[in-house]
Amino acid sequence: MADTKSFPLPSSVKVIPGTEAAQAAFPYYVQFTPEDDERFWFYNSMHFPEPMHHFDMITAEAAYAALGSFNTRVHVLPTTKGIDHRIINGRVFIGGVPVTDPAEIAERQELFQERAFYYYQNWERLYDQWKEKMKALIAEAQTLPKPELPEWEPIETTHTGKGVASNHALLDTYRKQLEGYYRMWHHHFEFLLLGYGAYMTFFDFCKRAFPEISDQAISRMVAGMEAEIFRPDEEVKRLARRAVELGVDGQFHDDMDIETVLGALDQLGENGREWLKDLESSRNPWFNVNVGDGFYHYHRSWNDDLSMPFAALPGYIDKIKAGENIERPMARLIEERDQLVSDYRELLDTEEDKATYDQLIELAHRVFPYVEGHKFYCEHWYTNLFFNKIREFGALLAENGFFAKEEDVFHLTHYEVESAIIDLMLSWSSGSPPQGPKHWPAIVKQRQAAIEEWSKHSVSPALGVVPDVIDDPAIVMLWGITRDNLDAWLSDGEADENELKGFAACSGVVEGTARVIKSVKEIGRLEQGDILVCQVTNPTWAPIFQKISAAVSDIGGSMSHMAIVAREYGLPAVVGTGSATQRIKDGQRIRVDGGRGTVTILHEERALEDA
Amino acid sequence: MVNRNTLIAWFREVGIDDRPTVGGKGGSLGELIKAGIPVPPGCVVTTRAFELFLDTLEARAPVRARVMEVDAGDLGAVTELSEELRRRVVEEPLPASVDEAILRAHAELCGGGQVPVAIRSSATTEDAEDASFAGLQDTFLWVLTPEETVTRVRECWGSLYSTESITYRRKHGLPEDGVAMAVVIQQMVDARCAGVMFTRSPLTGDKSVITIEGAPGLGSAVVSGEVTPDRWVVGKITGEISARDISDKHAKQVPAEQGGIQEVELQGEERTAPCLTDDELMRLREIGRKVERHYGRPQDIEWAVDKSGDILLLQSRPETVWSAKDKVAPVKPPEENPLRHVMTIFGGKK
Repeated sequence: MADTKSFPLPSSVKVIPGTEAAQAAFPYYVQFTPEDDERFWFYNSMHFPEPMHHFDMITAEAAYAALGSFNTRVHVLPTTKGIDHRIINGRVFIGGVPVTDPAEIAERQELFQERAFYYYQNWERLYDQWKEKMKALIAEAQTLPKPELPEWEPIETTHTGKGVASNHALLDTYRKQLEGYYRMWHHHFEFLLLGYGAYMTFFDFCKRAFPEISDQAISRMVAGMEAEIFRPDEEVKRLARRAVELGVDGQFHDDMDIETVLGALDQLGENGREWLKDLESSRNPWFNVNVGDGFYHYHRSWNDDLSMPFAALPGYIDKIKAGENIERPMARLIEERDQLVSDYRELLDTEEDKATYDQLIELAHRVFPYVEGHKFYCEHWYTNLFFNKIREFGALLAENGFFAKEEDVFHLTHYEVESAIIDLMLSWSSGSPPQGPKHWPAIVKQRQAAIEEWSKHSVSPALGVVPDVIDDPAIVMLWGITRDNLDAWLSDGEADENELKGFAACSGVVEGTARVIKSVKEIGRLEQGDILVCQVTNPTWAPIFQKISAAVSDIGGSMSHMAIVAREYGLPAVVGTGSATQRIKDGQRIRVDGGRGTVTILHEERALEDA
Repeated sequence: MVNRNTLIAWFREVGIDDRPTVGGKGGSLGELIKAGIPVPPGCVVTTRAFELFLDTLEARAPVRARVMEVDAGDLGAVTELSEELRRRVVEEPLPASVDEAILRAHAELCGGGQVPVAIRSSATTEDAEDASFAGLQDTFLWVLTPEETVTRVRECWGSLYSTESITYRRKHGLPEDGVAMAVVIQQMVDARCAGVMFTRSPLTGDKSVITIEGAPGLGSAVVSGEVTPDRWVVGKITGEISARDISDKHAKQVPAEQGGIQEVELQGEERTAPCLTDDELMRLREIGRKVERHYGRPQDIEWAVDKSGDILLLQSRPETVWSAKDKVAPVKPPEENPLRHVMTIFGGKK
């Protein structure tokens, strides 16, 4: 076809002038090569919507090293192998490796049924075992010492005849922490594709039996109610209840300074300290949730920044004092889900379909606790520990003049961090100053500038040759990429400028004032009835749902936790709009249609006046 | 069941089994009342009334025999016969019992006052309900007087002798003995807005969604296609509103002062705003589900919202297009090993 549009070839994408050195610093194995022009790549804006810091790239390689292993060689998915990734201008492009030879597919089908079916058959046992593995991995990371270099080796080294000096612990800790992070991602993908696959099988059946069924309705039928990820918000509610019980609720109000409140509670006598003890037990482990998806070091956890849970406390306290029930109505939620499942079943025409439906929903319910539950352990709890440990190294290096502040460590690749650690070890051992302080500051500055530059440039959603069909279950499941939406990407320029499209997460139409919140620090700006516009929403934002009238996010799918939580709160939501935080200006009036997945900007002119 | 000799049957007395005497429309309105659905009050002039009239017509000059004889291929002859018979149905005297029964029913329905009514033909056979059987779907709106009511009932009967009806019956070799027509007389709703509702998708046949179409004023504007209605797709089970197509509704049909209806051009809000609120959509959905459950199959429903916001149904009939296509083959048969189902996702395109 002569008029077929296509995406630019990788070789035609130029490194943005001035950022060449920063680009070259990414490992050789993620640089595009001429052969890559033969393949199809798409921008993984779902997981990596912002230009990557050099260190944060470890998330991409650790995740793909694990994902691919399970797809290619452990479960042996018949039609696909793993994911290759490339980085240009700080953006992560990924490409699938489809299996097309019928003989190879047949061979892989045999292996797949032997292996994957074993997982499905033993799902509950293996998942229980998985949780134990994850808890052990987390405990291991928690025991890693804080990296530090004493002036003199502690006398215990002498008395115990340890025979290893403190600088060695730096390398040891760093490597163990890295190893743990790579291992965590293997655990992450042990069940994930199989879980999604079983869910997608049910999904596919529903779409064929009910061509106009919404994605939401299907995910509501499958959703578990007791996933770990709901727990943090439950803990905030518990703390609100405790504050009322202990009579210390007067301390919490909008615009409070958290440190001041904590200090005041400590001074308040027994009840104040009692509440602080409750806070501690909530924090560990339940506040180990970050406010993003866990893919960037700056998606900090509630524990690192208490703004989110504290922003929710006054509202919950008011509700409790007004006699409102703020508990999740578990029995009702489960009953509603079961009703939904049986109502759809009734609409099926044949007994055979009803039997198939029963088989599929049973399997979907079996696998879904993992799909919902794993994130708390992997993307939240472990990832927080990991980035915070790297921060500790950042602090030590900054202290020794390698760069200005601890966060700068994330401008180094993980190989470079190791080299800096070794530089520091050498310096401590030799008694000479390290080389790093002369080497890194300029590089950090250059990379910081590169990230700023990269973020100013738009990114092609895909590169290279468009395949005829996308028959890669991993890509369809994890990224929702189909031939249809590739065609939509190619037919750009026809969309209404004032309308954004995303996934319909929770029905309802709301008009209101947009509050564009780019970091958790800003949540104090939210006023009752505002529409929250943010990059990523996940259940860790649930505590402030009581305050807002609708939510819009750049990232997220219709089966995301966010969608489930939004529905529980009856909060109209559109997720995965791609660019809401860029296109919507703070204070603009917008209309959110959570049933259709559209967001409309209503008063363009007013925003321009403000600007 | 209604007595075979009854001339007037009230909605509350009839059901779908009474189709031979009250027609499909009349029977379904009775069923709706049984299902507890609000329906504007009314009655049916039964086929017995028509048959009595036909007997008096036959006594004067043949009717059925003339139709049996006519050559369906001779359009001129059919047209000539149609005009003659329709004139007779409208003009020749009614048996006194029939005339009185209709007037008495009208008085009872309207409490002696001038309550506007709708007169609709109510055919007795499935065939006749098919929209393609043109000429039988006569409806007269906003009829104000008892005398006009009688005239309109006659016109409905007369439609049995339209050129299309006669041609259809002759081409299909249908006997004239079985031909009869009931007529519905029903209080009219001065609708704020009205429209239709399908309890499955007209596009895909999906039984899990309800499609609602509506526009300001009387439903006739929507049914006749004079106005592009607003359109919503609502999850039957979930209540999600997955599509909202709000159209530019250039006009509405409203009652005319002297009876009948007139078209009024629309401006402003009424023209551009959705004619139903989300709450009304949810109430319509509930009603749709109730009717469907009552009949045990998807329905094609006409509804109206009156000036006080109450929803009333004007008609419900089984959805026919997709029901005819419903396949016996399952979407996917069950597997001996349920795990094999996952191969639809992992196994690759066949």
